[in-house]
Amino acid sequence: MLKILKYSFYDLIRSRWSYVYFLFYLALGFVLLFLNNDLSKAIITLMNVIIVLVPLIGTIFGVMYFYNSKEFTELLLAQPLKRSSIFLGQYFGVAGSLTLSLVLGLGIPFMLYGLFKSDAIWNFSLLLVTGAFLTLIFTALAFNIALSNENKIKGFGYAVLLWLFMAVIYDGLFLMSLIVFEEYPLDTFSLTATMFNPIDLSRTLILLKLDISALLGYTGAIFKRFFGTHTGLVVSVSVLLLWTVLPVWRLSAKAKRKDF
Amino acid sequence: MIQLEKLHKKFGRNQVLSGVDLSIGDGGIYAVLGPNGSGKTTLIKSILGMVVPHAGNVLVSGKNVRNDWRYRQNIDYLPQIASFPGNLKVRELIRMIKDLRQKPSDEDNLVQLFALEPFLDKKLRTLSGGTRQKVNVVLTFMFDSPLIILDEPTTGLDPAALIRLKGLIQREKEKGKTILITSHILQFVEEVADEIVYLLEGKVYFRGSIEQLKNKTGQIDFEHAIAALTTPTANA
Repeated sequence: MLKILKYSFYDLIRSRWSYVYFLFYLALGFVLLFLNNDLSKAIITLMNVIIVLVPLIGTIFGVMYFYNSKEFTELLLAQPLKRSSIFLGQYFGVAGSLTLSLVLGLGIPFMLYGLFKSDAIWNFSLLLVTGAFLTLIFTALAFNIALSNENKIKGFGYAVLLWLFMAVIYDGLFLMSLIVFEEYPLDTFSLTATMFNPIDLSRTLILLKLDISALLGYTGAIFKRFFGTHTGLVVSVSVLLLWTVLPVWRLSAKAKRKDF
Repeated sequence: MIQLEKLHKKFGRNQVLSGVDLSIGDGGIYAVLGPNGSGKTTLIKSILGMVVPHAGNVLVSGKNVRNDWRYRQNIDYLPQIASFPGNLKVRELIRMIKDLRQKPSDEDNLVQLFALEPFLDKKLRTLSGGTRQKVNVVLTFMFDSPLIILDEPTTGLDPAALIRLKGLIQREKEKGKTILITSHILQFVEEVADEIVYLLEGKVYFRGSIEQLKNKTGQIDFEHAIAALTTPTANA
């Protein structure tokens, strides 16, 4: 698996898109720091961008890479290699290079600004960790979609739809149900609903860590009670982990039974 | 070397293989023939484990290949359409495959044989179909495995390269290897093959030497014999 990972990673690192992605984050980091002139504020703005953009890039990139490397995959399948290691290697190659672009692209400007001397370092690390998780999750989901759909256009369609659902529609439905059922106690419901969407979960996690939960009103208080504690953090990170492991597991199980 | 037992495979509603029984011994050149869509490539891909059959077993060297991958160490496979990652250079591709297989290889002689030196630093995307097929041949023959599977090896090759390919196949045969070929170029098959396996509608319709085929159909010409095989009235 490590060899496939090496080749996929190497292949992607050389491609133009990795640089574009890296440079974009680099520019974003510098611009935000320049405009905000404050680490914590820059982190908040950054969060809003990351939460939406990282899943989108992970999804699109994952689907694109999977379809584009069809030849490479077919070549590998005839070699003495385990099937699951071919696909997992490619997956980690893509997710790894995207994560690297994210971490380096944002890390460099913040480091230059004096991140290590400030107390925002934990918040910033949390931001990067959730960003990495979101990359892993959405790349894995994209690989799953691409593996299940021979048709490129369909695959792309489903992938974009998935992103749209998670990033926009889910929130809409969530808010709507809160309004409709406002007369009932909704603490458990809203907590569970948050858990079922990795984007929402990441957002909540960061917001509460940043101590701006006052913005969230009454629900914020409940969330604070849950996420603010040690258990809350552990639970949410485990849920993110689960969100990563399940699609990856399905990917390797599905790959075993597919015809090429 | 290879045993296929009651192999069934369908893609959607399309039944491609319906109970193929075939046993291929050690050594010799076997040609798998059949009309388009008769399941030649599917048969080969199920031997390689790229296609998972619905029922039946594939045994290579006595071992079932299901959920195994190490046996491919002993197979050199030439895919039908030479599709390679386009942004790699020929040299990089050869190095990568060598790295993945970890076996001694002899690519220098082959590159020389097919005069591929000027293309080594070109990207695969920019190569012509014939040149790509030559790269494909080099990748297949550079390892020394007891089983060689060639799916339409002649596609796109010029006459000079074709002669060299035939030479290569003969050389490997003399080493006692088993070689499985599919091709539509009957002249090529007649020249190299020891035995014919004729697939029709997902079953082995005929198996035997070219002589046996000619006797069975009462034709003197190989091409006509093949054609006669599919039209039963010609048998009578």
